[in-house]
Amino acid sequence: MKVLQEGTGKLLGWHDPDEQRLWVHEHKTRELVDKRCSVSEAVSRLIQDGDYVASGGFGHVRVGMAVLYEIIRQKKRHLKLAGKTAVHDADVLMSAGCVDEVEAAYTFGHELRGLSPGSRRMVQTGRVKVVAEISNAGYQWRFLAGMMGLPFIPARNLLGTDTLRYSSAKVIEDPFSGKPICLIPAAYPDAVFIHVQRADKYGNCQIDGSVVEDIELSRCARRLIVTTEKLVDTDEIRSQPDRTAIPYFVVDAVCEVPFGSHPCQMPQDYYFDEEHIAEWLALSKSDQGVQEYLDKYVFSVKDFAGYLDKVGGAALLERLRRIERYEEPMVAPWCTAER
Amino acid sequence: MGSTSQDPRYTPTELLACVASGFLEDGCSVFVGTGLPLIATMLAQRTHAPGLLIFFEAGSFGPQLKALPISVGDSRTLHRAISASSMHDLMSISQAGFVDYGFLGGAQMDSRGNINTTVIGDHALPKARLPGSGGANDVASFAHRTLIIMRQSERSFVGKLDFLTTPGHLDGPGGRQRAGLPVGDGPYRVVTQLAVYDFDEGTKRLRLHSLHPGVDVAAVQKNSGFSILVPERVAVSPAPTAEQLRLLREVIDPAGIVIGK
Repeated sequence: MKVLQEGTGKLLGWHDPDEQRLWVHEHKTRELVDKRCSVSEAVSRLIQDGDYVASGGFGHVRVGMAVLYEIIRQKKRHLKLAGKTAVHDADVLMSAGCVDEVEAAYTFGHELRGLSPGSRRMVQTGRVKVVAEISNAGYQWRFLAGMMGLPFIPARNLLGTDTLRYSSAKVIEDPFSGKPICLIPAAYPDAVFIHVQRADKYGNCQIDGSVVEDIELSRCARRLIVTTEKLVDTDEIRSQPDRTAIPYFVVDAVCEVPFGSHPCQMPQDYYFDEEHIAEWLALSKSDQGVQEYLDKYVFSVKDFAGYLDKVGGAALLERLRRIERYEEPMVAPWCTAER
Repeated sequence: MGSTSQDPRYTPTELLACVASGFLEDGCSVFVGTGLPLIATMLAQRTHAPGLLIFFEAGSFGPQLKALPISVGDSRTLHRAISASSMHDLMSISQAGFVDYGFLGGAQMDSRGNINTTVIGDHALPKARLPGSGGANDVASFAHRTLIIMRQSERSFVGKLDFLTTPGHLDGPGGRQRAGLPVGDGPYRVVTQLAVYDFDEGTKRLRLHSLHPGVDVAAVQKNSGFSILVPERVAVSPAPTAEQLRLLREVIDPAGIVIGK
């Protein structure tokens, strides 16, 4: 088959599909095992320095913030990050100095809130390297190929652009249509963390709202930490099997973390904490500010419960619930501050 | 010198949103990005296009939007949606041809509607790192037609992009087909604070389509790093109606998050 073009980006997290099959065979038990543990234990056991990591949700929607803060607290270093739909999660993790390399689909912005001062500074000063470019669908399909146990998946995006030139994809002549087609390589992240609304102790998970790309990401992950708003009985899962987004046998740890997405959104439960995000966006304009933020919210507390007390406790969380239900208008302090 | 006399009844951003909303026809489908495209889409749905089928990349199909989402993955993108699905589902049906319009913003655009949202300067050590493609490359590859909405200046309308993130007409007529992109029209209209543009059929270069009220041709050329084709007859874009302005200010973006800029 004729290769027409090869991207020059670094290929992160690719394995021969047979090697991956053997890894699954050896590491993913099909037994129903109680996987509950603390976030601290899950991070120390399942995430190593140098790992290629990916975070579930949509960057600032349904994000496993407890795991993210714990990665920072345990001072994990030299991570390679999947900058898939990466927003707040990636910004904090890169600014904290945990990441050396990133593959960028959407990575250095907070959507309507503007660009990410912290992580952009890390790249613009050479402390984090963007080793490959890709698009959101491209990253999605890296995980899809991984989930399917394939070396790559064909797709018709990226073609003709610098995004392709700087990606790890290749272009061949499609043997069926004769047209150029892009081959997007599989990805198997070493460690993935996903936050969900409900899970049982074995790791069966239900997600409200869009699953985004978590079906694929959960299945291609080599090690998967699930944090859940609520632990539920397996009977609840089995009474609504059509709602199960992630089955237990791909999961390695289950941690119950109420409000575990804060300051990010949890669809149908609580809204973004825009005031907290505004504080981060303001502080992250300098290295000292990042350190101040981390000292205040990560290093000075033992765990996520301590963090929740610090950010405003039950009263704040109830207000975020009301905003999510449209019972109170949202505020946009990052917007009024700029004008 | 170029005139851009501004009507005091509305801001350039409000005009931009109103003109852009006019391109979305009732009963068509649109894949929307964050920011101004989203505002224009919400306005269209509340005025002339109640049957607009809206898609958001995180997996929202057919919402009837009530409040401005901060993120294209925000649960507000799911208000009265017909389906809360996945990115894979949405990107796949887009690739298969179900998206009429892709609606994008951009940092830099060239004369062929190619867009940069990746870096300003060198890729390895950029002067300014931008978010990257996000879903933009996908939208512009898969939609039958791409609508681009951005503020134009000599710095944003450039002769050569620092990085070609998202495909427009690539290197000209037939470029998309040669690259293997799905069949479709590519960039269809570009809306800025000054004018509306289309693309010349023979060269696929940017061509003036209509001037916004109070703007002249010289102003359009002055605010561009490349020369823009000007046809013999140029229409004037419609000014915002009082109802459009009320919806923007009181209903769609009361906090002024997008239209306040």
